[in-house]
Amino acid sequence: MKPKALILTGYGLNTDYELQHGFELAGADAKRVHLNDLIDGRVNLKDFQMLAIPGGFAFADDLGGGKIFAQRLKSHLYDALMEFVESDKLIFSACNGFQILVKLGMLPATSGYGEQEVTLTFNDSGRFENRWVYLKVNPKSKCIFTRDIHSLLYFPVRHGEGKFVPRDEQVLRDLQENNQIVTTYVNADGEPDGFPWNPNGSIADVAGVCDPTGRIFGLMPHPEAFLYRYNHPRWTRENLPEEGQGLKLFKNAVAYVSSGVGV
Amino acid sequence: MARRIEVAFKPDYRDALGQSTRKRIHADLGIELSDVRTVEVYTLEGTLTDEDTTFLGRELFCDKVNQICSTEEPLLKKLPWDWCIEVGYKPGVMDAVGLTASAEVNDLIDRDVETFSSRQYLLSGKLNKKQVEKIAKDMLANELIERFSILEKRSWDGKIEADIPRVRLQHQPTIQTINLDVPDNELVRISKERLLALNLEEMQSVRDYFKAHAKEREKLKLSNAPTDVEIETLAQNWSEHCKHKIFRGLIEYHDEETGRTEIINSIFKTYIQGATKELSKKIDWLVSVFEDNAGVIKLDDEFNLVFKVETHNSPSALDPYGGALTGIVGVNRDPMGTGLGCRLLFNTDIFCFADPNYSKPLPKGLKHPKRIFEGVRRGVEHGGNKTGIPTVNGTIRFDDRFLGKPLVYCGTGGVMPAVVDSRPSHEKSIKPGDLIVMVGGRIGADGIHGATFSSEALTQESPTTAVQLGNPFVQKVMADMLTEAQQMGLYRAIHDNGAGGLSCSVAELAGRCGGAEIHLEKAPLKYAGLNPWEILLSESQERMTLAIEPAKIAAFLELAKRREVEASVIGEFTDTGKFHVLHNNKTVAFVDVDFVLEGHPQKKMKARWKRPILKEPEFPQPKALGEVLHKMLGRLNICSKEYVIRQYDHEVQGTSIIKPLTGIANDGPSDAAVLWPIEMMHKNSRRGFVVSNGINPNYGDIDTYDMTALVLDEAIRNGVAVGADPARIAVLDNFSWCSPDDPFRLAQLVRSCKALFDYAVIYETPFISGKDSMYNDFEGELDGQRIKISVPPTLLISALGIIEDVSKAVTMDLKESKNLIYLLGSTKSELGGSEYYSLLGEEISGERWIGNSVPKVDAKSAKEMYRKLHQAINSGLIRSCHDLSDGGLGVAAAEMAFAGGLGFHLDLRKVTGAEKMEREDHILFSESASRFLVEVRPENRTEFEGVMAKTDVALVGNVGDEYGLSVVGKSGQEIIRESIDDLKISWQKRLNW
Repeated sequence: MKPKALILTGYGLNTDYELQHGFELAGADAKRVHLNDLIDGRVNLKDFQMLAIPGGFAFADDLGGGKIFAQRLKSHLYDALMEFVESDKLIFSACNGFQILVKLGMLPATSGYGEQEVTLTFNDSGRFENRWVYLKVNPKSKCIFTRDIHSLLYFPVRHGEGKFVPRDEQVLRDLQENNQIVTTYVNADGEPDGFPWNPNGSIADVAGVCDPTGRIFGLMPHPEAFLYRYNHPRWTRENLPEEGQGLKLFKNAVAYVSSGVGV
Repeated sequence: MARRIEVAFKPDYRDALGQSTRKRIHADLGIELSDVRTVEVYTLEGTLTDEDTTFLGRELFCDKVNQICSTEEPLLKKLPWDWCIEVGYKPGVMDAVGLTASAEVNDLIDRDVETFSSRQYLLSGKLNKKQVEKIAKDMLANELIERFSILEKRSWDGKIEADIPRVRLQHQPTIQTINLDVPDNELVRISKERLLALNLEEMQSVRDYFKAHAKEREKLKLSNAPTDVEIETLAQNWSEHCKHKIFRGLIEYHDEETGRTEIINSIFKTYIQGATKELSKKIDWLVSVFEDNAGVIKLDDEFNLVFKVETHNSPSALDPYGGALTGIVGVNRDPMGTGLGCRLLFNTDIFCFADPNYSKPLPKGLKHPKRIFEGVRRGVEHGGNKTGIPTVNGTIRFDDRFLGKPLVYCGTGGVMPAVVDSRPSHEKSIKPGDLIVMVGGRIGADGIHGATFSSEALTQESPTTAVQLGNPFVQKVMADMLTEAQQMGLYRAIHDNGAGGLSCSVAELAGRCGGAEIHLEKAPLKYAGLNPWEILLSESQERMTLAIEPAKIAAFLELAKRREVEASVIGEFTDTGKFHVLHNNKTVAFVDVDFVLEGHPQKKMKARWKRPILKEPEFPQPKALGEVLHKMLGRLNICSKEYVIRQYDHEVQGTSIIKPLTGIANDGPSDAAVLWPIEMMHKNSRRGFVVSNGINPNYGDIDTYDMTALVLDEAIRNGVAVGADPARIAVLDNFSWCSPDDPFRLAQLVRSCKALFDYAVIYETPFISGKDSMYNDFEGELDGQRIKISVPPTLLISALGIIEDVSKAVTMDLKESKNLIYLLGSTKSELGGSEYYSLLGEEISGERWIGNSVPKVDAKSAKEMYRKLHQAINSGLIRSCHDLSDGGLGVAAAEMAFAGGLGFHLDLRKVTGAEKMEREDHILFSESASRFLVEVRPENRTEFEGVMAKTDVALVGNVGDEYGLSVVGKSGQEIIRESIDDLKISWQKRLNW
C-alpha cells in the first residue's frame, strides 16, 4: 500500500494542488483535506503518515502570516498534532505552512514543542517578492526531507513575510549547534551574499529549519514549484534533468515512511 | 465598551512598513523624516473583560518574538514620535482585517465580538501641521473610504478614545412609486437625479410598459407607475455596462474619405460575433462563446479553458487600490460563474497610466498618476496573491491622456472538466422550482449604481457610494467551497454578482428558466436600514447566485456551513415569465423578464469618419544612434516592469513554464506566458496553453482601423513567439473608449470593429468574449477653466492559445554564441505612431510626434509565416525568438542580447526591405508589423531555411562572443557599438523604484 500524505487546505492556503502532485509523483497517496474536516473528525490524522501544510495566504496574512491558522490548530488540533509527531511521522511545510508551524511553536522547538521561539516577519524590502533563490543544504542536519542532497537547491520564494528572526542569541546558537538550520540562502557559488540572494534579510541567511528530530521541516522557498525541469526559469537554456529538484524532498519523505519506521 | 489593542514592533526591531513609508514620503512628497514607525490598532466591541483583552493581545494579536502589545495605555507613550496619523475605514467600508480578526476572536474566546482595524503612523522629524495633513491626504489615507486623525505630541493629552466606525441607519426602509406621467424634460430629470443613466426614449418605454400593464398590476396593489425597485432594476439591466447599447445600437456611419454612408445594425453582431460565426464553420474547438460570463474553448477532449477580461477604470480613478483590487477579484467571478463554474488558473493585468513623474498642475479632483500607479499595483497584488492565482502576463502603457481616467484591465482564466456530473459543464440548466441561493459576503450599501456609474463620464461630483472594496480572503474561501460543491454536483447553475448585484444576476438566470421570485428580507445584510431597491442593486463583493434543486439544498447548505461560507435561500426560479420581487411578503417589483432583459429600445447613433490631418515629421537622422537606443530602452512604454512583476506571484499552482521574466539573470522581457495545468500533468500530457496580449493606442491617433489590425497581430505574434499553435488561438476584445456621443469617436469605434472582423477572419482567431468601457472621459477644472481629458481610444486584445507540447516552448533570450540570427518579416518606413517619433518629438519640439505612416498589416502573408515558424519551433530549430513591437528592430535586438547575456552583431543591409529605405534610424526603429528575430544553430541552417521558404526571412546577424551589441549600417560602417550591460541598465533604471 502506498504511504499516505494529508495535504491541508482551507482559509486561503493555496499551493495544495502542486504539493499533492509532488507527493503523488514521489509515490504517495496524497489527499487534500480541509482543516475543518480534521477538526470535525470527518478525517483522522492518524490515518496518514505524512502531513503537508502548503503555502498561501491563510486568513489573508491578517495579524501576521500564519498567525490565525496556527491559532486554529492550537485551539482544535494540538493534541492530534502532538500524537502525530510522537508517532515518528513526518510534517512538511513551505512558506505559509512554515509560518504556521513557527507561530504554533512546532518549529524549531529547540526546547520543546508549543512555544514560539522564532518568527518570520516582513521582508527587509517591505515588499512581496517572487524570485528564485539558491539554497545550501546543511549536510549535518537530521532533516529527513533533504537527505542525500549535496548540490545547491534552486526554488522560488514568493512571500512578503519571510525574514527569519530568532527570539534571542540562545535560540540561534541552539539551532546552529543542533544543526536544525537545514537550508540557508546563498549565491550561485554557494556563498552567503546578502540581497537579493537572501531575498528577505533573514538572520544568518536561514531559509529553512527542522525540529530536533528532523521529522518536521519548514522552509520559505517552494520545492513544490519545481517538480519538472520545465518549471525552472532557465530550462530553455540550461542542461537540466527531467526531474525537478523539489521532487527529491518528497521522495525522501516517502522513502522514510515506506521503510517502515513511520508506519 | 470598545477597547483598543495596539501592536508595534519592538523598538530595536526593523519596522519594514514604517521604513518603506518613510522612503515613499521622501520620494513622492519631498518631505524628509528621521523615522516612521507603525502601530496596528484593533478596536474590539463586545462583552470583554480586562483579562480577555490581555489574553487576546498576547496570544492572538502580537508576535511575541519581535512585537510589543498594549491593551491599556496607548503605545504612543512608549515609542518615539512627533506627529501621529491614525488611519481607519469609514463606516460601511469593507474592513477585511477586522472581519478575519473578528472570526478568530470569536473562535478563540467564544464571544460575539466585533473587531475594527486601523493603523497609526508615528512620524519623527521637524514638521508643521500642513505637511502632516499633506502626508495623510496625499499618501496614507484615501478620504473616499478612509478617515484619519492627527495628533501632535506637544499638545497631546495622553488619551485616545476608542472609536467605532459603525454604520447606523436610522432610516426605515421604504418603497417609492415613481410617477412617469410627466413631460419629457421631467423624465430626463428623473433619470439624471436617480442616476439611472436612461435616455428619454428609454424612459418613455419604461413609462409605456407600466401603463400597458396597469390591469395585472392592480391585482397586486401596484399602481401603473413603476416602484423604485422596478425602475432601478430596469436601469441596471439596461445600462451600458450590462447591455452594451452602443455595440448593439443602430449606427449610421458616414465615411468622408469615400463619401459613402452605411447603416450598421450592431457593430458587435456584425463584426465581432460575425467573425466568430464565420470561423465557427471551420473550427471545432469553440465550446461557448458570447453566451455566458466568459468564453470557453477546448484545451483537449476532457478539459475546457475559460477566459474573461474586464475593465475597472472609473473605480480605479477614485480609489486606485480598492478599484483595482475589486477589478481583479471581480473578474475572477466571471469564469467562476460560467457554465457550472471552473477552477481559476491565471490572472492577467494591463494598466494604462499617465507619466508617474507628471509635474504639471493637476485638475481638481484627480490623483497624481504615481499614486494611481502604486494604488493599482498594490490592489492587484493583494487581489491576485491572496487568492492564490498567478499573475502570468500583462503590460503597462503610459500616455498623459490617461490622467483623467487610468485604464485597469483585469483578466482571469480557468479550467473546467468538459463533463461534470454527467452534464456538459459549460451549460446552465435551471428548472422552475429550483431555489435561488446567494453565496458569499453580506449586503451593504457599497457599490450601488456601479453599472450605471460606469456608463457615465467621471466628474468632480461622482458618487462615492459607487466604490466597493473587495475582500480576496472571503472570495478564496468561497471559491474553494464552490469547487467542492461543483464536484459533488450540488448546483445546476451559477452566476456572479457583479455590476447591478442581484438585480442583474437573478434576472439573467431567470431568463434561462422563465421567471424568478425573490424575497428580499431573506438576503443577509451587513446592517439594517437598507431600502429594498438598495438590497437588490448592492454591489457588495464576493457574492455568487446559484440555482439549486430543492433535493440538494440541505447538502449544499451543510457544506457551506462547514466551510464558513454564508449561503442563503432568497427565492426560487419560476416559469411565470415574471421578475417578481417581494419584501416582507409585499410585492415591490413585478416585471416581465423579457422586458427586463430585452425591452430597451435600440440606440440610434451617428458616426462620421474624417481622417485626421497629420504631417510626417521631418528631421535629420540623429548622429549618435547608440545614444538614441539607450533612450528608447528607457521609454516608459518599453522599459522593464520588473518592479511590478516581482511583487505579483506569477508561479503559484506550479503551472509556470514560461515566466514573465526570463534569460540568464531571470530578468529579460518574455513575449507571453506558457502554462501547464496540473490536469495535464496528471494525465501525462504535455499540452498547455499560452497567454499574450496586444495594446498600443498610439496608432489609433492616425487610424483605429490600423491600430486594431496591429494590436490583434501583436497579441497573436506574442503567442506564436513562445510556441502557441497559430491555428489554435482564441482572442478577447476589450475596448476602452471615450464618449461615443461624438460622431468622430464613434467612427473610430466602427473602424476598429471593421478591422477586427477583417483581420480575425484571415488569422482564424475567433473572438470568444469581450467587454467595452465607454465614456472614459474626465470633466473637471484646472486654474478656474473647465477642461476635459479623454483617454485615447484603446483596444486590448488578449489571446489564449494552445501549445501541444510545453517542452517545445521558446524564450526570447539569446542562447549560444555563433548562432545565426534571422529577421522574419519585412521592414518598411512605417514610423507613424511609433515610440521613436514620440521620443524625437518630445526632444526636438517638446511634444510627441505622431506622423502618418502607420504600419500596415499583411495578414495573409503573416499567417503563412506564423504557421511555418510554429513548425520550426515544433521541430526544435529555434533557440530563441522575440517579437518586434514598440521600438522595432533596435529595441528587440538589445533585449535579446542583454536577456541572454550575449553579444549581437546586426547588419542592417541584410534586413528585408532595407534596400528601399534610406535611413538607418528608420530601419532600426520602424514598427512594421508581423516581425520576429529568431536564433538558429548553424547546423540547422538548411533545415530552417527550408521550413521558412517563401516567407520574408533574412539572415541579419549572429550571436557574438564579446559582450556587446554592434550594428552595421547601410554604408557597411559600424553605427552602433554598445555594451549590453549598459543597455540593460538603461532599460531597467526607469521604473526601478
